[in-house]
Amino acid sequence: MYNASDLRKGLKIEIDGEPYVVTVFEFSKPGKGQALYRCKLKNMITGVIIDPTYRSGDSFKPADLSERRMQYLYNQDDEFWFMDVENYEQSALKEDQVGDAKNYLIDNLEVDILFFGDRPIGITLPNFVDLAVTKADPWAKGDSVTGDTKPITLETGYELRVPPFIEEGGKITVDTRTGEYVTRVKE
Amino acid sequence: MSHGSRNSAFEDETAAFSNRKPLLLLRARIVQSVREFFISRDYLEIETPQLIPAPAPEAHIESIPVGDRYLHASPELCMKRLLAKGFHRIFQIARCFREGERGDLHLPEFSLLEWYRTGIDYHDLMDECEALFLFLAQKLGRGTGLHCRGLDIDLNTPWERLSVETAFERFATIPLDQALLNNHFDPVIVNDIEPNLGIKTPTFLYDYPASLAALARLKPGSPSVAERFEIYVAGIELANGFSELNDPLEQRRRFKKELKQRVSLGRRVSPMPEKFLKDLSNMPETAGIALGLDRLVMIFGDARTIDEVVAFTPEEV
Repeated sequence: MYNASDLRKGLKIEIDGEPYVVTVFEFSKPGKGQALYRCKLKNMITGVIIDPTYRSGDSFKPADLSERRMQYLYNQDDEFWFMDVENYEQSALKEDQVGDAKNYLIDNLEVDILFFGDRPIGITLPNFVDLAVTKADPWAKGDSVTGDTKPITLETGYELRVPPFIEEGGKITVDTRTGEYVTRVKE
Repeated sequence: MSHGSRNSAFEDETAAFSNRKPLLLLRARIVQSVREFFISRDYLEIETPQLIPAPAPEAHIESIPVGDRYLHASPELCMKRLLAKGFHRIFQIARCFREGERGDLHLPEFSLLEWYRTGIDYHDLMDECEALFLFLAQKLGRGTGLHCRGLDIDLNTPWERLSVETAFERFATIPLDQALLNNHFDPVIVNDIEPNLGIKTPTFLYDYPASLAALARLKPGSPSVAERFEIYVAGIELANGFSELNDPLEQRRRFKKELKQRVSLGRRVSPMPEKFLKDLSNMPETAGIALGLDRLVMIFGDARTIDEVVAFTPEEV
């Protein structure tokens, strides 16, 4: 169990059977009064934010969270299916839980899936993913200056801007944290 | 790690510290001006021991034990004993220690400016607080105001004086009696009331419920309130002062109540401060106050957190 004095930004606790992460934490103590711990907590499943005030003496259950290394299999309707690389168990995340990560999900990509108990609730991608360019206008030599970019489409449907020398059929590395182009992959 | 990245980390640290330097200079000037103010008013600067055998029993203040003694959470008891022994105007800038207090406005080791003066009550003491702040502003070349948290705060007298009862009527989401009954007084003060205090001028929040002032005198004629006040500037609590209780029997009764509350909260219980209680009967009518020196620097320096006004935080030592 955690006590109120253990509260800090990033701590993950369980409230009413749901996992929450502390996003804002403020210690206050009015006059000669009791210590108060004012928090903003984000529900790790729904994203809903609550702002309770706790006191010394309050205690909390740590959220039962674990990460498993899984391989992306396929998506069907609004579900994205993954397979545990150790025990081959399959689990699915809903599209809104996957969020922008779907821009980088290619077959067999290994990711970390966050579980609350035995319920999958989130995904962490590798920082860099290599993706094939499926659509790019040819580089019109001469009419570009350094720093120019052009729009392209990747195999996942993700569209972004890259330097003009990137060609259709090639591969590029994308930073999944920023969604930006990093480099051209040499085959 | 490469040599280059180690160097840049060091440079970042130096840069962060150079931002703190102006606030440490301000701190030194404030301390010097505080001394000047009190000496010019015939106060005597004194020092009392930091290690004491029996801290004032208070429900929500954690003294830190060291061997068979405690680091003082404030110099209050020793200073009052000096008043009982014939001193009339005394002040002290004391390092104080309170376990578990850490936040944007709290350090477990901090500095209190405490002063006591016989023959006055808490309203006279409020007047003296106004004079101190105006003196400091003038010494720091700030004229008669200060800029803090986006507010221009006028230090000219009179400052706003707001009773706790009126503050509840004006700002609170639940009535005062209900808040006391349900143990919601502190959260209401922090969430509803404090953000509205010390906006145009500093605010004196005064006349606290009697149950919330272990060392203050009850108001003659209205014993449900204690003659206690707090100073707020830009929503920040700066000081706690009162007309001092000097009835040793009543004081012992209140200490017992605080100790009982500590037992029920499962907190450490320290011995009764017997020498203080013995001297208390000789203490004349007095008003006294503890002002957070670190926070005083914060409001004159418009610092966001208390970390910015100390040389090292506990995490940096």
